[in-house]
Order: sequence, then structure tokens, then C-alpha cells
Amino acid sequence: MRASLFITCYNDTLYPETGRAVVRLLERLGVDVDFHPQQTCCGQMHANTGFRSEAFSQAKRFVRLYQEAETVVIPSSSCVAMMRDQYPGLFEELGNEELRRQYAALLPRVFELSEFLIDRLGVEDVGASFPHRVTYHASCHGVRALHLGERPYRLLAKVRGLALAPLANVDRCCGFGGTFSVKNAEVSSAMLAVKLQDVIATGAEYCTALDNSCLMHLGGAMHRQYAGMKTIHLAEILASTEDAPAEATL
Amino acid sequence: MSQTASSHAELDPCKALPFPMAVLPVLRNPLLRKNVAHAIDVIQAKRGKLVAEKTDWQELRAAASAIRAHALENLGAYLEQFEERCTVAGGTVHWAADADEARRIILDLLRQEKASEVIKIKTMTSAEIQLNPFLEANGVSAFETDLAEIILQLGEQEPSHIVVPALHVNRSQVREIFARRMGLKNLSDDPKELTNAARTYLRQKFLSIPTAISGANFLIAETGSVAVVESEGNGRMCLTLPRTMITLAGIEKVLPRFQDLEVMLQLLARSATGERMNPYTSLWTGVTAGDGPQSFHVVLLDNGRSSILAKPRQRQTLKCIRCAACMNACPVYRQTGGHAYGSVYPGPIGAILTPQLMRMKYARSLPYASSLCGACYEVCPVKINIPEVLLELRAQVVNQERREGDRLFDPMYMGLRIANLLFSRAWLFHAAQRLGRIGLGLFTRKDGWIHSLPSIGAKWTQTRDLRGLPDESFHEWWAKRPQPDEEAL
Repeated sequence: MRASLFITCYNDTLYPETGRAVVRLLERLGVDVDFHPQQTCCGQMHANTGFRSEAFSQAKRFVRLYQEAETVVIPSSSCVAMMRDQYPGLFEELGNEELRRQYAALLPRVFELSEFLIDRLGVEDVGASFPHRVTYHASCHGVRALHLGERPYRLLAKVRGLALAPLANVDRCCGFGGTFSVKNAEVSSAMLAVKLQDVIATGAEYCTALDNSCLMHLGGAMHRQYAGMKTIHLAEILASTEDAPAEATL
Repeated sequence: MSQTASSHAELDPCKALPFPMAVLPVLRNPLLRKNVAHAIDVIQAKRGKLVAEKTDWQELRAAASAIRAHALENLGAYLEQFEERCTVAGGTVHWAADADEARRIILDLLRQEKASEVIKIKTMTSAEIQLNPFLEANGVSAFETDLAEIILQLGEQEPSHIVVPALHVNRSQVREIFARRMGLKNLSDDPKELTNAARTYLRQKFLSIPTAISGANFLIAETGSVAVVESEGNGRMCLTLPRTMITLAGIEKVLPRFQDLEVMLQLLARSATGERMNPYTSLWTGVTAGDGPQSFHVVLLDNGRSSILAKPRQRQTLKCIRCAACMNACPVYRQTGGHAYGSVYPGPIGAILTPQLMRMKYARSLPYASSLCGACYEVCPVKINIPEVLLELRAQVVNQERREGDRLFDPMYMGLRIANLLFSRAWLFHAAQRLGRIGLGLFTRKDGWIHSLPSIGAKWTQTRDLRGLPDESFHEWWAKRPQPDEEAL
């Protein structure tokens, strides 16, 4: 099986370790991974701030670059949600029938990472080891847009040594919301404060999620507050083995 | 005065502060935030339990959504049918294009009745048209009869929620307001005592004022009936005792058939107050000789609604049955309460309804008062995709501001325009990453983290750190990797 990685703009720029972990994990599972260096962004930031015409051009770019891909894997549920929920409307508004058709054909082959592992590869035990106490933040787009449900928990349950600490109000928003975090910085911070209380109360060493955007928000506050916790993308936990532990733990 | 920071809340969208500024005093008010979060958590827990016991909840939502969408698509015909049936049953229907016309119609009716006082059933629509201050200015005193509305009226406060309008006030604050305004020095904050104080106050109004104003939860086209649901029974007193009844209803409140109530009432009570059934569900059709009001008027209010109806992507806003489940589920509302929205309609539904009612001239900050978490859509009993409408409205705000040119040099607008340029050319994006590494490097401490940024970045770093850019981006790492297969897709 061949998977084309869409790394997303902020993972490429800010969290390359997540991309490296996805490559390591998928190759360990026997998947041929390729990466198109021309990729940039899915357009979510523009679309969600109201800049629709800019979002069009990113959406077009994605379809053009990936239409031949066997499968596309994206380690970010909010970017996948952007594609599923917003691309069809954008293409319809643009009135570009050919693009709309190309996209409709591509869409069933686009997977968020946990969907790819469980639904496409049919694996739960990816041979990972991560001997730490971990809590899982169910990001809004993962829960309510992609309906990931039990998938991340099933993957976490098979990780050697991992103790999962349940998170209260697990699907409550962390307050990031893209440009919301700066346009409404104070409300965003108030939401973050409430979320962080729940996260810290788990007593976990690491908080994981399938979106580095939420983790950037939570991790930024943990660092500011010397909370004694770190964030780590689920891909990095799943890539971690006894011989080669996750970079974040080193 | 009790500490509320809300006594002077401005709920006129034309005058209200933008949301990010309006929230500032609220976020610093521990009592208000505690009151809101506590009330929300209680309602949410009740709702959760009762929704879980309905195995056909999703089917009910789908049915309700279809009923409401159908009613809106045929709104003109159903409104005319309602008018015809209501008139046949002895009611009089008035049509008001805007708030001003609605207020005048109501005042004229009250003058015909020579009424100097009127009792009211809780109605957000009357708050929307700012009816009470208008009546007051024209010599008519309006007395609210819903317990929460009494608290607000006596406390000279504004509603912060559409179902539980005094949600931001706690029991001891209620005691303070009642003691002060009713002259009851020895009143305790025991709920029974507070209720009794309100009852004594209300009985006198019910028995002495023969004219009432209500809102409507639903108008039934098939029968010309009006439905009002409530919890206290005070509404029913207003519906049965007075001689004259004036109902103010938004034109979108129509249901085609009587039997549609079967779906709606199951959803409404569970979504609104976490009850299987509302304690009081009142239905009346025109007038009945010797029973209840003998003079009955319905004022159908447009006030911007038909302009929303005309826009297919936004029309779903009007499906709303005002249950407030969206605000109870909203993580933003939970922190801010309702006043910061600067409208009688707060929370997610207010964030889409208010700017549209204002024809996008005012309340333009409200579509951005959401993290787009989707909790509102998940709970909405009529399946309004609020995030979708928020995005539509954001696009309109950006188009407006671009036309007006007033955000040309706004750092976020410039940033997004530059970002688009970069995302459209990978080599530029990669160059910008390298440049960003140098630029952000100036702000990055030895531990690899950024603690303080200028300009718009300060909005981030005022409460969170940011990890500095890594030395190598993912695509740089990939390019250095030995490639077994050079063929890219």
C-alpha cells in the first residue's frame, strides 16, 4: 500500500517531529510513504477567518497535487474536517465542475491518521511502546466533524507500558479555534484555563491528541505555567518503541 | 448594589461594544462566571440524561429539521393560512415589517383598551423590539410575570440567556433585589420564601391588570392556534385572566400542522430545561365565549427575518425554536454568559441571528465569537449547522471590510494576505519558513521557547508560550532522506 503524506503547513513548520513519526510508523507497518514537496496548506485558516477566495486556491492546490494518490494520510483532524466539510461548498461556489468531480473521486481516499490505521490498514496494535501516564484530548474536529469515536482509544490501549488517564469533560474545546485564539484572545485564554485544570488533574505526564493545533495551545500554557506536563502528538506515541523512544521523552 | 457587572449591559446591537471588548469585565468577574458555569452545568446534566433515554433522538431531530425547513420554504402560504384560521376563530392578525411598526401596533391596541398597565409572559421577541422602554415612555407600565424576568425587571438588569434569562444571578442576589424592591427587610434566601415573595407580588398584578402581552413558541397554520410553553404557570395566568391578549411572534414561528407539535414538544423541553415535558403547555385558538380573553391580537413581526429567508445558505438560522441548547453547550458562552454578546439573543444562535437581523451593519464581531468547536450543532434539536452559518457570515464580514477598505493595514488581514501568497507557491512558503526561523529566533530564549511577541503575536503570548521554530522543517528533513524511490506523485 502506498500512502501520500499531507503534512499540513504548521506541522511542516512547527512540528516536523510529528511528520517524522508518521513516516516511521507507517513504514514500520509496511506502507510505502511518499511526500509531495509542493504541498503547503489546506486553506482552513483562511476559510475559518472568512477569506474564502484564498481558501479556494489552497483547496484547488490540494486536489491538483493529490488526485492521483492511492491514499492520502493527514495527521491533523481539523485539516481533514476542512476538506470534508468545506471543500465541497467551496468548489460549488467556485462553479468549477471538473474540480468538484476530481475532488469527489479523491475524498474517499483521504484519511486522518487514526482512520487510516484502523479503517484502512485494520491494525490496532502498531507495536508501540510508551511507558508513561498519558491523557487523551479528544479535539473538537476529531469528535464532532470526523466522528473518530473509539479509534484513538483503541490505538492507545495497545501501546506497551502506557497508562491512560481519563480526562474529565474530554470533548470540551481547549479554546484554540485558529485565529479565534488571537481575535478573541481573552475568551480563548479563559477556555484554556478551564481545560488545563482538567488536563492537569489527570496526573498524566503527557497529553496527547490528533491535532497539533490544540496541543500547541495546551502545551504553550503548560510551558508558561511550569505545569510539569508535556504534549505529544499521538503519531509520536505510536511511532515510539523500546529501542527508539519518542523524541519528546529524550 | 450586588456585584454583577451586568446591570448596565447594553443589549442594543447598534450600541454594544465589539465582543472581544465586551467580555473583558465579565472575564474578571468571579461571581458572574461562577453563577453562569454552575447554572449551565446543572441544565446540561439534566439535558444529557433525558436525551440519552430517547432512543429515537436523532430521528426526532431529523424530523424536526425537516418540519422547520418545510415551513420556512413555504412560509408565505403558511402565514396566510394562519391568518385566515386565526381570524375565523375570532383573533385579529397584524403584520409588522419592523420593530417600530410592531411597537406602534401594540401601543395603539393598548390605547384602544385604555390600558395604562400590562402584564407580560416572558417573550424574547418583545425584548428584541425593546418594547418595555417604549411602552414606559408612552405611559404604559409593563410588568413581567416570569420569575426570572421579574428578578431582572426589579433588579434593572438585562437578560443573559433566552430560556433562563437571570442565569447570571444567584439566590442571594435575588434576595437582595427582592428585599430592596419589595421592601421585605427580613427576607431570607430560602427558595420557598423567595417564591412566596414573588407570588404575593404577582397575584396583585394578575388580579388587577386586564391586559396581557405574550410571545409564542409556535403558531399552527392548520388551526390558527398559538402555543406557549413555560415552567411556572404564571404564563397561564396571563393567558386566562385578562380581557385582552396581544401575542407578538416572529414570522418564522409557524408550524404547518397541529401534529407537528408532537415532535417539537418532545425536543423543546428536553433541549431547553432538561425536562420530559414542560410543566405548562398552553394552546389557544382565537377567542372562546365566556372563557379567557375576549379580545385577541397576533402581531407578526418580520424585522429582518424575510431578508434572512431570502439567503439559502443562511435560511436555516430561522429554523431555531429558541431552546438555548446551543448556548448551554457552548464553551465560549460558559465563560462569558450572555451580556457580552450585546443582544437579547446571545450564544451561538445569537452569534448568527443578531448580525443577520441587523443586516450585517452591526454585531459584526459576533460571527467570530466562536472557536468553531461544533458543540452547538451537535445539540441543536432542529439541526441548524451553526458553524456553517458562522463561516458564511465571516466571509461576508471580510468582503464588506475589504470593500470599505477599513482593515487594509490590520495586522491580521495583512498576515492572511501574505500567508495566501506563500501557500500558493511552495518555494516562497519554504523561504518564509527560513526567514521566520531567523525572525522568531530573535525572540526565542535559550530553552527554545518564545515567551513574548510583538503586535498580534502578543495576543498569543499574553497567556501562552510558543515553541521556537525547529532548525529543520519536515520537508527539509524529507529532502535529505535517502530516497529508495525517486518518483514523486
